[in-house]
Amino acid sequence: MKRIYTIEDACIGCHLCEVGCITEHSQSKDPVRAFLHEPVRSISRCTVEELDGGVISLSTTCRHCDEPDCLRACISGAIQKNDAGVVRIDTEQCVGCWSCVMACPYGAVQRNLAKKKANKCDLCPDRKSPACVDACPNRALVYKEGSQK
Amino acid sequence: MNYVIIGNSVAAVGAIRGIRGVDDKGNITVISRERHIAYGRPLISYLLGGLITEKRMAYLPEDFYEKNRVNLLLDAEVVGVDSTRKQVKLAAGDTIGYDRLLVATGGDPFVPPIEGLAGKERIFTFTTWDDAEKLKGIAADMERVVVIGGGLIGLKAAEGIHLLGKQITIVELADRILSAAFDRPAGRVVAKKMKANGIDVITEDTVVRIEGEGARISGVTLKSGDYISCDTVVVAIGVRPAAGFLKGSTVDVNRGIVVNDTMETSVKGIYAAGDVAEASDFFSGQKNPMPIWPDAYIQGDVAGTAMAGGKKTYGGGLAMNSIELFKVPTISMGITNPLEPKEFDILTYQDMENYQYRKIVLQDNRLVGAVLVGQVDRAGIFSGLIREKVDVTPFKEQLLAPDFGIIHLTKEIRNTLFAPYGKVA
Repeated sequence: MKRIYTIEDACIGCHLCEVGCITEHSQSKDPVRAFLHEPVRSISRCTVEELDGGVISLSTTCRHCDEPDCLRACISGAIQKNDAGVVRIDTEQCVGCWSCVMACPYGAVQRNLAKKKANKCDLCPDRKSPACVDACPNRALVYKEGSQK
Repeated sequence: MNYVIIGNSVAAVGAIRGIRGVDDKGNITVISRERHIAYGRPLISYLLGGLITEKRMAYLPEDFYEKNRVNLLLDAEVVGVDSTRKQVKLAAGDTIGYDRLLVATGGDPFVPPIEGLAGKERIFTFTTWDDAEKLKGIAADMERVVVIGGGLIGLKAAEGIHLLGKQITIVELADRILSAAFDRPAGRVVAKKMKANGIDVITEDTVVRIEGEGARISGVTLKSGDYISCDTVVVAIGVRPAAGFLKGSTVDVNRGIVVNDTMETSVKGIYAAGDVAEASDFFSGQKNPMPIWPDAYIQGDVAGTAMAGGKKTYGGGLAMNSIELFKVPTISMGITNPLEPKEFDILTYQDMENYQYRKIVLQDNRLVGAVLVGQVDRAGIFSGLIREKVDVTPFKEQLLAPDFGIIHLTKEIRNTLFAPYGKVA
């Protein structure tokens, strides 16, 4: 299956992947509306981590593991892996227990505190390639076929 | 090949997926003493408290049993296993033959013999959907509840009952709540929050007598001599592996059913997984029952794969719990409260005012345990570091930082263990 790969050395720490992700998961899918005018701003499923004031940065996101620790820890069955291999959270079913946050060794599940639901990368089901990848100006995020390990 | 699975919770689900990952054709029969299809067992407190509806109790997509071609027998109790004839015997009298058998019956709540308990009506345990239904059923004329036991089950029961607007007292024998997962400061932070929300937490004491006339409860007397008036008692002292029906069989049962690293018992062809099993501990390798949800799934997966002839081995049970009480999230994992602290390197950060606490337990520069209260984001990175036995020396100083992340690891670790960062696979 296609997964998102991070090229750490190419990351410039611009956070545009996060902007792309928040916009894609907003109601309007418009960045200005998503950030300023929607009642609840969606949260980014990818996270730019920075060190030394941004000299080192990288974007972390879900690996859609072959054997997802988040799925195994989920107490409500909200996390399922579909036939294509994509691991998604059904937010209706999620109870916000954070077991997935406890289990994911990549730290790739976010707590959406406003909604008390866990969020994670869904590989943008409505797009050909994920919004974070399309938003990256330096191809530090690549969407390609490859195994998990 | 005929696979029979006794039990229908998370270990059974892991096993069904494990079997189907290897064997597309064999017959799978699941036998459950409960009347429900697989449900999110830890959700019973949410159901009791009215946070979720019954519809959301379903743990699996609707088409799961059909898609995996599972023959499901509900409301059927297994009373014996004949490993010579390879048959399980049901309470109703009929027998079912198997080639491979998985015992995934979970745990039974333990109710100690307390004076005055026998014959009382409103004594409850809290481990099944039906337990939650029963409590909900009498909620209208329930006023004061005593919960015996301040472990995970007791706290979740208390939370559910509190949401119904009832008065609760938790009585815990240890010096803190969640003593198996927490140390004293973490226990204190959470107990403080519970007290602030009107739940009484009594520690280092226990119920010695249940008071009342006939079937009615009027209160409980504690070992200290204190008396608490109540009309309902929930016993949440713990669970014991539900392996009683194996008495008289040749399967080796210690505290739980003893299994090897493919979850096979002492009898070839019979496997056990989940709360009923006694498998290796991640750190010591010693066999221990470990009633932990994610572990039950993993054990089920390993068992199912092995039953179908595939190869997977169990890496050992690692205790971990995520529990949020009154908006204070907590995550704990591994060794959180070592008996010999001198052999460990312990880092802590504490801010009681804001309900924040972090504790990192290291041994020989390897992470072996963590307690996070308040800020729990990215906690799973710690579970990864524990499982992979990573030498944390290069980033030890950062482990307590609330924003600890992947970036604090060395690039080498990121590119290998935490791959595929920067790797073009």
